[in-house]
Amino acid sequence: MEILVCVKRVPTVGGKIAVTPDGQEVDTRTSGFSVSPHEECAVEEAVQITERLGGTVSVLTLGPEAAIEQLRDALALGAHRAVLLETDGREFGPIATAAAIAAEVRAHPCDLVLLGNEAADTGDYQVGIRLAHQLGWPVATGIKNLTVSSEGVVARREYRGVEEAYSLPLPAVVTVKEGINLPRYPSLPGRLRAKRAAVERSAPAWAAEGLRKQALRVPVGSRHQATVLGHGPDAVPELVRILAEIGVLS
Amino acid sequence: MSVLCLVELDAGAPSDASLRALTLARSLGDSSVRTVVFIEAAELTGAALADYGASDVYVIEPSAVDGYAPQAWARVLAGLATETGASAVLAAGTDRGNEVLAHLGALTSLPMAANCTIVTPDEGKTHRLVRHRWAGLLLEEAVMEAPVALFTVATDAVAPVPAQTPSALQVHLHKPELADGDLRVRAVESPAGAGGASLATARVVVGGGRGVGGPDGFGPLEELAGLLGGVVGVSRVVTSEGWRPHKQQVGQTGTKITPELYLACGISGAIQLIAGCAGAKHIIAINTDPGAPILAHADYAVIGDLHQVIPALVRALRSR
Repeated sequence: MEILVCVKRVPTVGGKIAVTPDGQEVDTRTSGFSVSPHEECAVEEAVQITERLGGTVSVLTLGPEAAIEQLRDALALGAHRAVLLETDGREFGPIATAAAIAAEVRAHPCDLVLLGNEAADTGDYQVGIRLAHQLGWPVATGIKNLTVSSEGVVARREYRGVEEAYSLPLPAVVTVKEGINLPRYPSLPGRLRAKRAAVERSAPAWAAEGLRKQALRVPVGSRHQATVLGHGPDAVPELVRILAEIGVLS
Repeated sequence: MSVLCLVELDAGAPSDASLRALTLARSLGDSSVRTVVFIEAAELTGAALADYGASDVYVIEPSAVDGYAPQAWARVLAGLATETGASAVLAAGTDRGNEVLAHLGALTSLPMAANCTIVTPDEGKTHRLVRHRWAGLLLEEAVMEAPVALFTVATDAVAPVPAQTPSALQVHLHKPELADGDLRVRAVESPAGAGGASLATARVVVGGGRGVGGPDGFGPLEELAGLLGGVVGVSRVVTSEGWRPHKQQVGQTGTKITPELYLACGISGAIQLIAGCAGAKHIIAINTDPGAPILAHADYAVIGDLHQVIPALVRALRSR
C-alpha cells in the first residue's frame, strides 16, 4: 500500500493568539511550529496501515523551507519518504494547493492520500476534495475510523448522532479527524533516522485565486476578566444564584 | 438576482445551523432566497423556511437522490444555481455543508469561503466577507471575486433571526440531472452511540480538563450534568490521555458547542479549547489557579478545587 500524507506547518498556539502589526500573519515571535492534531493522526494512521499491509508512507508538505522540520517529525514517527513543495513565502490558496499536490501524485502514484479534515490555520475545508476531483478519485472527509484492504476502504464518521459509513474503491482521498487513533511518540532511532533522511524538493507555481485575504484580526471583546464569585465550596450559594439567573435550573 | 441556500433538516424542519445560514443569506439583500432540501416532500415542515424569508424551496426526493451523497448534492446545487441565476450559494458551516460546498467549488472551479460570519455584496461580482480562521480565534477579512460566490456560514457566530414578515413559500418538486459517478460515494447510515451530537446541541455542557485528575474523576461531573439537563464535554488533554472518548472533546479538533452554559472545571483554557466553546452564551470556570487563561474568557469564576466545589454544588442543587 503506497500512502501519501499531507501535512501543514502552522504556529503552535497555546494560551493566546496574536496578529502581526500589518495584520497579515499570526505573530510567531514567541511560538513554535507544528502540524495540526488531525494531521498527526493522519501520519499515525498511514504508518499503522503500512505496518499491517506493507508498503510505504510518503509525507508531503507545501510551505517554506522551514517546514522540513514538520517532515522530519513525520519521518520520526515512521514515514519513509519526505517531499517539500517549496513556496516563496506567499500563501497558497486551496485551489493552488490541491493542484500542486495533484501534480505530485501524478508524478509518484499512490493508492491512498490522507489529509487532515481542515488546516488548523486557514480552515478552508476543501483541499482534500479539490485534490480528489483533480485526480478523478473518490473522497471521504472528517473520518474517524478507517478500514483498509487491497480492495478499498471503509471510512466512518459520526454526524449528528448517526454513524455514516462510506465505501471507496482505491485509489482514494480520505481526510481524517483527531480521535481516529492515538498518535505514538517518536522513538530515538526514529529521530536519528529522520535527521539523516533526504527530502525531495520541488517548487510549484503560485496562482491568484478568487478568494483573497485582506487582513487578520483578533475578535473584539473575546477577552475580558471573569467576575470571581468566591473561593472553594463557600462560593456555592452564589454559584447557584448565578445558575438560576442564567436560567439553567429547572 | 437570487441566492441559493442548502438547508439541512432535523425531523423535517430546518436545523439550527441552517437557520443561521438562512439569516446570513437574507442579509445579502437579493430579491429572493431560494432553498434546497433533500427529503420526501410529504415529510417537509416548511413553516420555518417561510419564517426565515425563503421565497422558494426545491425538494429533492429520495427517488432522485437517496440519502447523503456529497457530490450528488453538490451537482444538484450546481444545476439549480445555473437555472435560477443565483449570485451566491450558501450552506451551514457543518461537516456536511462545508463538504458539499467544497465539492461544488471543485465541480465548478469556483472559490469557496468556509465559515463566514459577515458577507456584504460589493460592486460587480465581488463580495466582502469576514470568516473564521483558527476555528474562530481569528477573523479574516477577505474579498471574494467570482461569478457565483460560495459561502458556508459559521455555526457558532451568526444568530438565527426570523424575517420581519414571513414569506409566501413556493414549493417545487425538483428532478435533478446527475452525472456519472455522482453517487459513487454515499453514506450508509446507522445509529451511533450518544456523544458528539448531543454535545453540539446541549443546553448545558459541564467541561472537565486535566484538573479532573484521571479517568475515575468524572462521576461528579456526570452527576452535575444530569442535574442541569446537560452533558459532559472534555478538553483535549483528557482525550489525548485516553481518560474519555474523543467524541466528548470540546475544541478546535473536537466539537464546537453553543450551549446556554459551559461550566469549565479544571480546564486551563488553551486556545484550542476556546475555539470550541466561544459560542457558549455563558461561561463559568472552576479552577484552582486565578491566573488560568480560561478566566479571560469566562463570565464568572470560582477559585477552588473542583473535587470540593462540584460535590458541594451537587448537594446544594439536590436540596433545592
